[in-house]
Amino acid sequence: MSAVVTDHEHEHHDHRPSGIKRWLYTTNHKDIGTMYLVFALIMFFIGGSMAMVIRAELFQPGLQFVEPNFFNQMTTVHGLIMVFGAVMPAFTGLANWMIPIMIGAPDMALPRMNNWSFWILPFAFLILLGSLFMPGGGPNFGWTFYAPLSTKFSGDSTALFVFSVHIMGISSIMGAINVIVTIFNMRAPGMTWMKMPMFVWTWLITAFLLIMVMPVLAGAVTMVLTDKYFATSFFDAAGGGDPVLFQHIFWFFGHPEVYIMILPAFGIVSSIVPTFARKRLFGYSSMVYATASIGLLSFLVWAHHMFTTGMPVFAELFFMYCTMLISVPTGVKVFNWVATMWRGAMTFEVPMMFALAFVVLFTIGGFSGLMLAITPADFQYHDTYFVVAHFHYVLVTGAVFSIIAAAYYWLPKWTGYMYDEKLGQWHFWCSLISVNLLFFPMHFVGLAGMPRRIPDYALQFADFNALISVGGFLFGASQLIFVWVLVKCARGGQKATARVWEGAEGLEWEIPSPAPYHTFDTPPEIK
Amino acid sequence: MTKTRSLRWSLPTLLSAVSLSAKEMPLNMTQGATEISQKVYTLHMTIFWICCAIGAVVFGIMFWSIVRHRKARGVQPAQFHESTKVEVVWTAIPVVLLILMAIPATKTLIAMEDTSEADITVVVTGSQWKWHYKYLEHDVEFYSLLATPKEQISNRWQKGDNYLLEVDRPLVLPTGKKVRFLMTSDDVIHSWWLPAFAIKKDANPGFINETWARIDEPGVYRGQCAELCGKDHGFMPIVVIAKTPAEFDIWLNAEAERIAKAKAEEQELLAMNMSLEELMSVGERTYVGHCAACHQPNGEGLPGIFPALRGSAIALNDQPAHINIVLHGKAGTAMQAFAKQLSLKEIAAVITYERNAWGNSTGELVQAADVYAVMQGKGE
Repeated sequence: MSAVVTDHEHEHHDHRPSGIKRWLYTTNHKDIGTMYLVFALIMFFIGGSMAMVIRAELFQPGLQFVEPNFFNQMTTVHGLIMVFGAVMPAFTGLANWMIPIMIGAPDMALPRMNNWSFWILPFAFLILLGSLFMPGGGPNFGWTFYAPLSTKFSGDSTALFVFSVHIMGISSIMGAINVIVTIFNMRAPGMTWMKMPMFVWTWLITAFLLIMVMPVLAGAVTMVLTDKYFATSFFDAAGGGDPVLFQHIFWFFGHPEVYIMILPAFGIVSSIVPTFARKRLFGYSSMVYATASIGLLSFLVWAHHMFTTGMPVFAELFFMYCTMLISVPTGVKVFNWVATMWRGAMTFEVPMMFALAFVVLFTIGGFSGLMLAITPADFQYHDTYFVVAHFHYVLVTGAVFSIIAAAYYWLPKWTGYMYDEKLGQWHFWCSLISVNLLFFPMHFVGLAGMPRRIPDYALQFADFNALISVGGFLFGASQLIFVWVLVKCARGGQKATARVWEGAEGLEWEIPSPAPYHTFDTPPEIK
Repeated sequence: MTKTRSLRWSLPTLLSAVSLSAKEMPLNMTQGATEISQKVYTLHMTIFWICCAIGAVVFGIMFWSIVRHRKARGVQPAQFHESTKVEVVWTAIPVVLLILMAIPATKTLIAMEDTSEADITVVVTGSQWKWHYKYLEHDVEFYSLLATPKEQISNRWQKGDNYLLEVDRPLVLPTGKKVRFLMTSDDVIHSWWLPAFAIKKDANPGFINETWARIDEPGVYRGQCAELCGKDHGFMPIVVIAKTPAEFDIWLNAEAERIAKAKAEEQELLAMNMSLEELMSVGERTYVGHCAACHQPNGEGLPGIFPALRGSAIALNDQPAHINIVLHGKAGTAMQAFAKQLSLKEIAAVITYERNAWGNSTGELVQAADVYAVMQGKGE
């Protein structure tokens, strides 16, 4: 199809409507990618401001700023927004922008669905945020919405919560279908499976995970809805149901979900490290196999979130062994990145700094994950700040750092201008120091016995919580530097070359910067 | 109490301006008070050190590379990019390490889950937001509520040493005996966590979970609910007092006697009428302790979650229905059954209070006998 359109290339440019209509009607993968990324950034700040409320309340023992019920709404909506509103849309935005270019395709395979999958998202989050203003407030049962707290004991905002999660799920499923169809059908001739960039590979596997588990989440929220409003008893023992069943269903979605939020990050780091080490990615094929095995194993470990629910010993052992096993392919990835750096010729621009921080800090999150896998010890760690530390290491210094690294890495390609390197370095160092001040002490607080999701705590935890809150405020403030860099770079600056980075390899660096509105109307030559 | 090292933390000096802390926080997991908790601690430290060792090697190589293999030093990048041999090695070594970790973990887990041959059984029931303990082989049961005054939580009073970790009636257990716990819940999922026993077990409504502890040393052990269970999740602590078996028996007998006596007194009370003043004062105390968390001290509830009592139809008109809902709760909502939690006198007083406070001026008095009549009428 691309051969035919070559002559009409100029018309394409003219057909772009102006103003708001351009963004409402667009089917262009770059426009949609940009919208996803901007949306994710806005959500990152809204979710982040909720984290600031949480940290303000926890700055000192006693209740100072918010009521416990509102505190619970903040922890719940913070989690939902960061997972479904910030991290996932940011990755989808990167996929939209980069996957067609990386495989030499003119656009995503299903451009109208692409428009639709983005434009339903703002409504999902308006509904979710709007529910906070209902009488009794928004959802307050944690982002994991365990039954029966979310069914018999929840407020009427639950219906809105269920509806908004449904919309988010539909959006994710459509996005995933689009990624899969694009990668299967639109690769340029010669772009064989084992020539695809790691980012494309990791996203392909992520998309399969999404299609497998988002319907499970939809099922879970629907059962919550019918249990609450239509007198079913899926999760109510009094009617023959089982509250623990909810957790099995939720985590069957929830565990692959955490890999949905980290596999694309692996892909990003696997793109950035070779560029700035000026050396090919070490062990490409083992990286592909490791990603695939992480994807498969992610379906066999869900109950490690549920060791305290009273499972049979056999089940506890099975899930402990499978969870420990996941550290093998994850370890392989880390070793490969280090081997890529080994005897390279490294430079340390901002994307590389964030990627290096990712490797170290994500690995620390991996270590605490391994500790959590050990069932007897998990009884002590479970539902404490140790767990909060663990998942923020893998999601903030993991997923979010990788997204920031990707933004710096591809920003010159998107805008045509170099970002301000000095400001970027400030952003990096401020983030690095504050994020560790924020999350590292949480390990100790958790080990010392502080449960998560509490608005007030015993006096012994006071000093550390004050320290954590200071780290939190600093980390929040540091992200304002990021916005400054982004705005500055969008407005102008030093012109970027096509290649941008000296060691960059891949199709996205063969096209001019900024990337033209339409790329690869004729398929490129793949070496 | 525990042997945990409590390292000197230099930051408190830095933060002294904001610090209210009277206690030093341990920086590590407790070694606890049972053989199992000691094993769990050892397991935790073993894995921690293995992770540290792996981290030291991997990060060491990485930082060496960052220092040595930088373009600024004029190095040329090498060309190698794969080696099956290396991949096999760094797959195999972690597998061996994992097996080494899995063996002690499996042994400990199997020991932890063996609840057979217990000497004494305690049924632990979570409800929003308190714990109920029942000694299965004895006629002893009671609720255990947060004892920290509201004034401390709202920062009007100086906070006590055991702020938020103190209860009105602690669970008392014997040392040296295998105590089996049966966990369940009246409403949502709670989780009974006592770090010193390495026990964290969910209390699931409609199901019973089992766990056990054999406490080595007499002492006071504190914990908290670990599963988000609603508004006051942060305010349902656990306190266990471990006594020697002889002292425990004395306590248990005294407690059984006290409970029997209270029941007998309650029967006598049925014939007596209390004055409005007395009912109102007992009623207010009971209301603040048991009702105000949801319905709020001013009786206005939280719109959308907990209904108001002030001006409500049930608190103004239908007296038997009012008694009934306090006794038996309301299915499908957070309203609990208080028949077993409160005495007849307290229930009579709190209903009188609710019908005469905050402008609800029915002028009606509810006596213990009225409550008893509704209780019998329901045949429960």
